[in-house]
Amino acid sequence: MSVGSYQSSRMRLVAEERGEPRVVSNGVLGMVLFVMTEIMLFAGMISAFSIVRASSAIWPPPNQPRLPFEETAINTLALFVSGALLILAQRRFAESRRAARAPLVGSIVLGAFFVLFQGWEWASMLAQGLTLTSSTLGSFFYLIVGTHALHAIAAIWLLFRTWRRLERGWLHASQLATAAVLWYFVVGAWPLIYWRVYL
Amino acid sequence: MAETIHVGHAEEHGHHDHHEMSFLEKYVFPLDHKMIAMQYMFTGMFMALIGGFFAYAFRMQLAFPGMDVPFWGVVTPADYNALVTSHGSVMIFWVAMPVLIAAFGNYLIPLMIGADDMVFPKINRLSYQIFLISAIIIIASFFVEGGAFGGAWTAYPPLSTKAQYSLTPIGSTMWITAVALEFVAFLLGGINFITTAMNSRAPGMKMWDIPMVVWMIVIASILFMLSVGPLLAGGIMMIFDQQLGTAFFDPDRGGDPILWQHLFWFFGHPEVYVVLLPAVGIVAEVMTVFSRKKLFAYKTVLYTAIGTGVLSFTVWAHHQFIAGIDPRMANVFTVTTLLISVPIAEMMFVYIATLYGGKITLTTPMLWALAFVFEFLIGGITGIFLGASGNDIYMHDTYFVLAHFHYTFYPIAIIGTYAGFTFWFPKMFGKMMNDGLGKLHFWLTIIPFNLIFLPLFVLGASGQHRRIYDYTNFPELAQPWQQDLRQLATISLVVMLGAQVIFFYNVIKSWMSGPPAGKNPWNSGTLEWTATSPPPHGNWPEGLPTCYRGPYEYSHPDHDKDYWPQNEPA
Repeated sequence: MSVGSYQSSRMRLVAEERGEPRVVSNGVLGMVLFVMTEIMLFAGMISAFSIVRASSAIWPPPNQPRLPFEETAINTLALFVSGALLILAQRRFAESRRAARAPLVGSIVLGAFFVLFQGWEWASMLAQGLTLTSSTLGSFFYLIVGTHALHAIAAIWLLFRTWRRLERGWLHASQLATAAVLWYFVVGAWPLIYWRVYL
Repeated sequence: MAETIHVGHAEEHGHHDHHEMSFLEKYVFPLDHKMIAMQYMFTGMFMALIGGFFAYAFRMQLAFPGMDVPFWGVVTPADYNALVTSHGSVMIFWVAMPVLIAAFGNYLIPLMIGADDMVFPKINRLSYQIFLISAIIIIASFFVEGGAFGGAWTAYPPLSTKAQYSLTPIGSTMWITAVALEFVAFLLGGINFITTAMNSRAPGMKMWDIPMVVWMIVIASILFMLSVGPLLAGGIMMIFDQQLGTAFFDPDRGGDPILWQHLFWFFGHPEVYVVLLPAVGIVAEVMTVFSRKKLFAYKTVLYTAIGTGVLSFTVWAHHQFIAGIDPRMANVFTVTTLLISVPIAEMMFVYIATLYGGKITLTTPMLWALAFVFEFLIGGITGIFLGASGNDIYMHDTYFVLAHFHYTFYPIAIIGTYAGFTFWFPKMFGKMMNDGLGKLHFWLTIIPFNLIFLPLFVLGASGQHRRIYDYTNFPELAQPWQQDLRQLATISLVVMLGAQVIFFYNVIKSWMSGPPAGKNPWNSGTLEWTATSPPPHGNWPEGLPTCYRGPYEYSHPDHDKDYWPQNEPA
């Protein structure tokens, strides 16, 4: 290929790209990158727990309560429904802004229910003698579930702000998508935690 | 949040230009990417002086045991541990990272891709503020009860988690807190760099038109973000162990101390490439300009960098060959470690191919770039010896290892930085640096550098172990020839540190009274050289540039000038 034709084909491509909208908005791309780091954070914690568990002679540690996996299953379901409602809110938002309000509020309320239920569960686990320092099970349980809860709280706060913007009519689709990426991460990370920590 | 496409952003900034910014807005809490870059650059250089001073203090102790070290006093064993630990931590986390990634990334990415600023300026400002707090914490840890943490920059437990072993109940927690905060700062910076490079490029700038240094900083940021999570998890666990009484890393109570090593090195090894890649990119920019040639095999370099990044996640356990890992695993990690030298060697060949047949001008930045290739090669080749687990079992924790990684990190963090700084100085400050002083500084840095670390290879091969406070307690390590080599290394270090005075004098003198640089003193083709020097707020107030071609169109046969700027229509 001669240098000239190389140059002209490039010029044509330049013309095509001019004024073309970006594929992913800044907010969504930034949040996806953040979530990528968070995935590795949880991967680090969960694999650390798996290693400690696999190398223990006796597991679970003696004289420690069982983790309440039945109740948490209900809570897991609540979190899934919350995630599904947010998908619904995003789809409806594309058609009409008002129609997105109910599922968004539903998603926030169920998310808050999940965190409060976790808090109640922690209180009962502490009462039964599972504390941060009572065993490695307790240490990892509070570390991993606590880190997840902090992410859930941050994401709910972000969704709440998104809802306020929606009420005021300022909300942009990409802002909703940015908050949603974080919430989908919180929802998506939970089954893995439930499987590796509770079961 | 900056929910804008390229043009909208420009209008927003145009609006800002109308009001005069106060001193605080402009210099202390800036949103402008160039000012944040300067904050990172000068904080990093200040920390480099501190890290160099630490090295001076403990090297004096090794060369002249028990002496009253000028400006420090007698180095006690606790001092020695704290100095060694802080030297390593500061040089990697508070010098190499802020200068190579944060300072050059912030300065160059928007200018080289033709944007007016980062896409998230407020996150950018927050990034520096968190970084500054982390730097203050690490320095402050020297002044708390028990002193600064002394468990080496790798902070292996149980030494780092139990106060009765480390004797630094507060210092060790301050250390890990500062490191964790520093990671948060670079996480925020990395999000900015990648998003900006992907979404804010000048119209017409396609993937293959992005200057190599921008690509390298983007890839380094991705590597950083993928590797830092596990160490952040480990850091939180370590703080819990130190302060809340958990037993994540305590084998007596069901924990696992080797776990920390895995979490640390899973980050620690990619980290080498996180700082290496920006330096490689800087050297690529400098070499193309001063050999007036296109970068040899642009796409291959890019794919190689990505390949290096992927491989760098599979080599971490080569730091743990003597930690009791399964020998079969050691075999696997030996193979991956030796494999990673292939892409790095390829990059070195690309440099040599770029130089081949070029019109080479030996300016100060070019000297630094050539030195980078030369010195890094020594570091790379000695790494092959250490990557082989059979050999590493004998070499582990000797000065051979120490000299090896200084031959990698020094070219990256110091030589790479000087190459970039002297190259972009005219853009940053609008003045030319004095070339004679620059070359004097170059030779007075490079020669002592080799005289510090070449003797340490010899000492390491003779069995000199790291982390020993006073070799006179070990007769077989305190023979006269060994002590002579130690003194040679220490005296060279003092000469090298002294030579940095020339650099700072040159910077200040050139900044005050150097000849004006003009827009494009090096006749370079990339976009940053089309802005005025120094670029104003918004970079191109008259309108953002459009890109028409690749970044390295030097000596193009179809063009009358020997360079063809990216923004010039055909």
